[in-house]
Amino acid sequence: MAHFDTTTNAGQLLAAASGGRRRRGDRIFSNISVVAAVTILALLVGVAVFLVTEGFPAFTAASSELPDHESFLSYVAPLAFGTVLAGVLAMVIAVPLAVAVALFITHIAPPRLAMLLGFFVDLLAAIPSIIYGLWGIFVLGPAAVPAMKWLEEKLGFIPIFEGPASITGRTMLVVGMVLAVMILPIISAVAREVFSQTPRKLQEGAQALGATRWEMIRTTVLPFGRSSVVSGAMLGLGRALGETMAVAIILSVSGGVTFNLIGQANPSTIAANIALNFPESSGLAINALIATGLVLFAITLATNFLARLIIARAEVK
Amino acid sequence: MTPPPADAAVLSTGSTRALLAGEGHRGGTLPGWAPWAAFAGALAVCGLLEAALGWFTIALMLVFGAPVAILAIYAWSRPVEGARRAKDRAVTMAIVAAFGVSMAPLISLLYEVIKRGVAGISWEFFTSDARGVVGGGGAAHAIVGTLVITACAAAISVPIGIMAAIYMNEYGRGPLRRALTFFVDVMTGIPSIVAGLFAYALFELFFGPGIRMGIMGSIALSVLMIPIVIRAAEEVLKIVPQHLREASYALGTPKWKTIVKVVLPTAFAGLVTGVMIATARIIGETAPLLVTTGVVDSLNANPFQGRMQNLAVYAYNEYRSPGVMKQASYDRAWAAALTLIAIVMILNVIARLVYRRYKTEIR
Repeated sequence: MAHFDTTTNAGQLLAAASGGRRRRGDRIFSNISVVAAVTILALLVGVAVFLVTEGFPAFTAASSELPDHESFLSYVAPLAFGTVLAGVLAMVIAVPLAVAVALFITHIAPPRLAMLLGFFVDLLAAIPSIIYGLWGIFVLGPAAVPAMKWLEEKLGFIPIFEGPASITGRTMLVVGMVLAVMILPIISAVAREVFSQTPRKLQEGAQALGATRWEMIRTTVLPFGRSSVVSGAMLGLGRALGETMAVAIILSVSGGVTFNLIGQANPSTIAANIALNFPESSGLAINALIATGLVLFAITLATNFLARLIIARAEVK
Repeated sequence: MTPPPADAAVLSTGSTRALLAGEGHRGGTLPGWAPWAAFAGALAVCGLLEAALGWFTIALMLVFGAPVAILAIYAWSRPVEGARRAKDRAVTMAIVAAFGVSMAPLISLLYEVIKRGVAGISWEFFTSDARGVVGGGGAAHAIVGTLVITACAAAISVPIGIMAAIYMNEYGRGPLRRALTFFVDVMTGIPSIVAGLFAYALFELFFGPGIRMGIMGSIALSVLMIPIVIRAAEEVLKIVPQHLREASYALGTPKWKTIVKVVLPTAFAGLVTGVMIATARIIGETAPLLVTTGVVDSLNANPFQGRMQNLAVYAYNEYRSPGVMKQASYDRAWAAALTLIAIVMILNVIARLVYRRYKTEIR
């Protein structure tokens, strides 16, 4: 950094020495760049301010004017529950798979194949969510129906598989699986990055002591990457919480609060609820939807903030 | 699957060490094809067993086959190679299996989109809109809308994003820079639907409730695109070597000219790649457009006037409210999905080719 500063100063000195015209060019250019930077901050503040101003009427409105004639809090609570349930379910499914994918690409696959596979996994992240939604409702959902029936019959004593199993496949479990596929590339990208940075001397040291590949991974790669994997998982969770279209298409919603993952009636999520109801809403209903958007914004913000905090603390170490 | 030569050395030190420690290593080694044989054998056994029970499906065979294969390789390796090597083999097989499980959805998804999408692709799909047509028509209006909305979003995001990245990398210091780094991180986490609500709320203040315009969608997409552009641009500006800048300063070039004539051209391929990948990320967004640009059947290429259709919302709508001929609507939804995926893939591939072809060799 000190190095950087000296050259900057040298540049400024030179510019100063070579007359006003050049200095003006410099000033204009650096001002433009500052304006761009400030624009971005303003945009972010704008997002918060506009959501608050447009959402505010819903917080104070009488419950008789709101959708479903209930107070805003009891309107948003089941939605928030559904959002967190879907997000956590997706994360629970995705994290072990993402870690395995990252380990496979960095430590098991031959290097040339690994590059190609990395590109393939990145493509997963580029597929638009609407397509995941269509795939979920037309392909995965119907395919999961017999499996969910099996879960109900064999594991029905566990509350989450209580049933009665859906016959359409439009369940929270299918949503969780689709969201897991969507966030897997995000988590595995973070994990891949850190796994490939594990110091070579640690890995070779472990092998020189006679460790097998798995012992080497368990004693060096995994401890080195742990905090990054945790923060990658949080980033993935943030994405899953805000995911809209896949949930809106797949989930058959009823609005209740239930942990039953394979049933016909599922709690909706905030984002899906907005997408489903916004086009036909007007008046205070719009304000209520925007207010739920604000709640979603707060939840994802907290999640991402936590993720960044974990990364920052790991970097200090 | 065959262990590289380096592994042999590791193996021998492994056995020495294991012997010294008195751990259970038996000295032998399984043949190179052992994992494959264990996997195939496990699948065959599970398949036959299921067939005998009368509930054979390929999915079920794989679901039960993978754990059986893991157990099989462990049981086979343990008496020959000892407990530690056996565990290593089992874990390796589990990781490979998990990788296969993760890739299966992508393969299934691409296969289904192509298979079902081709049914809806026709000349009409690309050339006509759906105005006044009952249960038919094409998606030309949606394709034009997607291109216009995305182009406007890129026109807003690219200059702001790249200038902000220049600020962060070349000028920034102190609290503004720190704040920017932090808030760009925050911005990448904004859910797309929230970006859409923001654009709606912004325009509602000026134009009244119920407003729908193409440019609103572009603004919403910009909120999502700007942080991606900044991240990508910052990454490539960072690797422009310091000595290039110093050489330029030494020639008396002012700083802004150094940035425009030295730094940006050096980073050009990376910037183009970053912008294309960012475009590919937002071009398929549905949720923010659903609440800002609305749904419409006829062609509208003016982003400042009235509703504007786009491919993602078109696909959603054909699925959500199919016409009288349900299957034809679904076909069109899949055709739109295929078109979108094709655009995204082409953008990604071109981006990588540009990078490979034009990147400046940095020494």
